[in-house]
Amino acid sequence: MPLVVRLRSAVCLLGRFPALAGVDLDVAPGETVLLSGGNGAGKTTLLRLVAGLLPLHQGEGEVMGVNLAEDRRSHRSRVAFVAQDTGCYEDLTVRENLRFATRAAGGDDARVDEAIDALELGRLADVRHGKLSTGQRRRLALAVGIARRPDLYLLDEPHAGLDAPGRAYLDQVLARAAEEGRSVLIASHELEMVRPFASREVVLTNGQADGALDAAGSTPAPAPAEAAEAVEATTLEPTP
Amino acid sequence: MSLFQEAALVAGKDLRIEARAKVIGQQIVPFGLIVLLLFAFALDPDRGVLQRVAPGLFWITVLLALLLGVSRSFAVEAENGARDALRMSGLDGSSIFLGKASALAVELLVFEALLTVGVVVLFDVRLASLPPLVVGTVFATVGLAATGTLYGVLAAGIRARETLVPVLLLPVVAPVLLGATRSWESSIDGVPGDAWPWVALLGIFAVLFVGIGMLAFGPLLEES
Repeated sequence: MPLVVRLRSAVCLLGRFPALAGVDLDVAPGETVLLSGGNGAGKTTLLRLVAGLLPLHQGEGEVMGVNLAEDRRSHRSRVAFVAQDTGCYEDLTVRENLRFATRAAGGDDARVDEAIDALELGRLADVRHGKLSTGQRRRLALAVGIARRPDLYLLDEPHAGLDAPGRAYLDQVLARAAEEGRSVLIASHELEMVRPFASREVVLTNGQADGALDAAGSTPAPAPAEAAEAVEATTLEPTP
Repeated sequence: MSLFQEAALVAGKDLRIEARAKVIGQQIVPFGLIVLLLFAFALDPDRGVLQRVAPGLFWITVLLALLLGVSRSFAVEAENGARDALRMSGLDGSSIFLGKASALAVELLVFEALLTVGVVVLFDVRLASLPPLVVGTVFATVGLAATGTLYGVLAAGIRARETLVPVLLLPVVAPVLLGATRSWESSIDGVPGDAWPWVALLGIFAVLFVGIGMLAFGPLLEES
């Protein structure tokens, strides 16, 4: 079965800094992979690279069959990236933000209503994003991701700011994603909350995948010296 | 969704945000009227100077409002990572451009309608020939909105965008200022025949920058 995400020696530079310095990673359909590591390890950069928001400077990268070196856009409508920012508009209500994101992804209002019900946002549906609390904003961001019905979830610290019911619903999302064959790549510091749902864990350190627990698909990252050489050889010209 | 459906989705979103924020009604329109008043005080109304320079003053005020509108249009995308969300939305870059430019054009047209009333009342200007004036205004507005949207995204990821956009944008829209002012002068003088060549120039400018914007906006958004 083709992989949903396939990275080989992936290098991604932020300016001249190698935020990812030669990462190998496979994510299979229906698989949930936990990305762990300290602050600045490269977790968010890896998610943004897979989303196509950052260019692949060196190495190979494929997401749902799309070569990231040639095309960073085609796969985006099938991906839900729940980042630390909500991606929503301050002056639009919860329902309007959801409707815009869902229609843009080709969905209809039924999906909007489902997402509102699922995350118990009904009483907030007509409240502007700017008036929501941090936890309510996180719920909305999650609802936007769900309403898009993606093949791949990219979740960046999804537990942060969520209250107990929100976390419980996030657990349901993770469980349901596996049942429905959707893949999840989740970066988190709250390892104990994610590990029960993760088929394996990849630890990032200084932009490199140190290793994977029960990593059936991932291959070892290049040695630090090799990665440093790869970065040195990079032309600094981003791919399209 | 088709290109135009996607553009309508983006335009609807931008117009809804502006309607809620009330920036046009509460800030940009008063700003335009204050500019007209200041010119009225600065130039001697008794010698007919205001009537002669009214078209130029009108379009300079519109250019200043354009800068505010462009700034607003991209400021809303900078909050909460909305620009990344827009990139992830799956919408085509051309649709996003058409949507944002259309919303900006609608906002400018509303502003221009109110400003026209201000010019007529404050400067005692008589609009003798309306067809070239209306068509020229629409073409000029489309050209300004398209150019503003294009240069807005060009500077979107730059910290100094507030000061950079005017430096980049104003020289490019100089032909619009010239053409729109001339077409207004001819319309006010009641010589529409002299206005139509300028209206044609404004039309060409609008088509050119809508085309360039549709091609360039997507890649520029990716790099912003």
